[in-house]
Amino acid sequence: MEPLDTHISRQYNVELENIRSLVLQMGGLVEQQIDQAITALVQGNQALAEATIVADYKVNNMEVTIDEECTQILARRQPAAGDLRLVLAVIKTITDLERIGDEAEKIARMAVQLAGEERPKNNYREIQSLGNHARWMVHDALDAYARMDTEAAVRVAREDRKLDHEYDGVMRQMVTFMMEDPRTISRVLNIIWAARAIERIGDHARNICEYVIYLVKGKDVRHISLEQMEKEAREGG
Amino acid sequence: MPATNMSTLKAEAKGLNFYYGAYQALKSIDLPVAEKEITALIGPSGCGKSTFLRCFNRMHDLYPGNRYEGEINLHPDGVNILNPKIDPIEVRMRIGMVFQKPNPFPKSIYENVAYGLRVRGTTKRRVLDEKVEQALRGAALWNEVKDRLNSLAFNLSGGQQQRLCIARALATDPEIILFDEPTSALDPIATASIEELIAELKEQVTILIVTHNMQQAARVSRYTAFMHLGEVVEFGDTGAIFTNPAKKQTEDYITGRYG
Repeated sequence: MEPLDTHISRQYNVELENIRSLVLQMGGLVEQQIDQAITALVQGNQALAEATIVADYKVNNMEVTIDEECTQILARRQPAAGDLRLVLAVIKTITDLERIGDEAEKIARMAVQLAGEERPKNNYREIQSLGNHARWMVHDALDAYARMDTEAAVRVAREDRKLDHEYDGVMRQMVTFMMEDPRTISRVLNIIWAARAIERIGDHARNICEYVIYLVKGKDVRHISLEQMEKEAREGG
Repeated sequence: MPATNMSTLKAEAKGLNFYYGAYQALKSIDLPVAEKEITALIGPSGCGKSTFLRCFNRMHDLYPGNRYEGEINLHPDGVNILNPKIDPIEVRMRIGMVFQKPNPFPKSIYENVAYGLRVRGTTKRRVLDEKVEQALRGAALWNEVKDRLNSLAFNLSGGQQQRLCIARALATDPEIILFDEPTSALDPIATASIEELIAELKEQVTILIVTHNMQQAARVSRYTAFMHLGEVVEFGDTGAIFTNPAKKQTEDYITGRYG
């Protein structure tokens, strides 16, 4: 992957740099949405949860804007090689970012529901921990994208496995709660929905890492094992 | 040079050097040409792609001081067409060429197409008529000119003239047709119809095309060779070259970067 700012056409440099940095902006917004949704849930802050739900439109708008910029570049520049891979990676990345935004919105909706209910003794510690984990994965995935760092991308993909294990642990815990005290079922179901949304955020972060490897190495590493992915990312390309 | 699962070879350049007098324009070129496929040669001006293409029908023989080294083997017989003992006229019967600007002869449409056959000694009117029609149909021009075969070729439009040149090349049943920037003098509509024609022709003939238009190479070819300073920098599947080239020089060129 060659540096973006070395085209003969300076305007082209500007256009490619623009979509690249818009993705990072959108990513920052999405991270903030996750953070607010988790905080709202853990702290039982209904106002913050509602604000987060409303703010999802910003994420959606950015997706539409970046999509349009990419369409223009494809139509006008007919990008090839690394430039083509950048535009494709951007188009795919923003789809995942938008879905992460939707998951954050779901968590915020659960937060609204839970705000009116009795709070558990542990103050949703497991959701806080799971949420932080997923949020950092999104952060690191975007960082890997910004620095075109395939090693970092692989590390995030590896984290997704840990997140899945953590999620399984939370699920077992929730099942135990429901068995111990069936009166908690409706509340615990809401927590389960939130945990599920967080787990999905991790999957989207992993997808973004796959696009980073495609962008840098030109290799499609979707639908293969983590070990194969690590191998592909290390090899030249 | 990775030969990417190529089908049958129609021709193959091996250690080809070419000199314009003291100047070496081509440097030890190795390139396979797959049978009944389209191979594109791309590269900046002066990289040697047209020089290379012209070696295939011994065009350089026309000027003194030009010198070939190495081989271009034509299959299946494996004859080295650069061998001075091989008659260039015979080579040109087997390997036709279409140029950048349409260059019909100042003759009728019919005579343009019949020319190569007459050179070859065909005189029977019936055979000529049949071959001319077949070639014009092959070049997707028959329906437009069948009622005015005896009018002057210059009366045709640019795109039609180029198709006439393709018909002229097709008339001698060549095994390979060389295209040297065949659409650079044409508008986008005529360009599209020539590209369409080239895509159809590959059913019957092997095609080697030089083009400045990278999108054209990407659109029409199965294999692409990127040339720079008289060398083949990279050769491979067109899809791979345009999405993930192996060499930095190739990437710089196809993405419009400073080399």
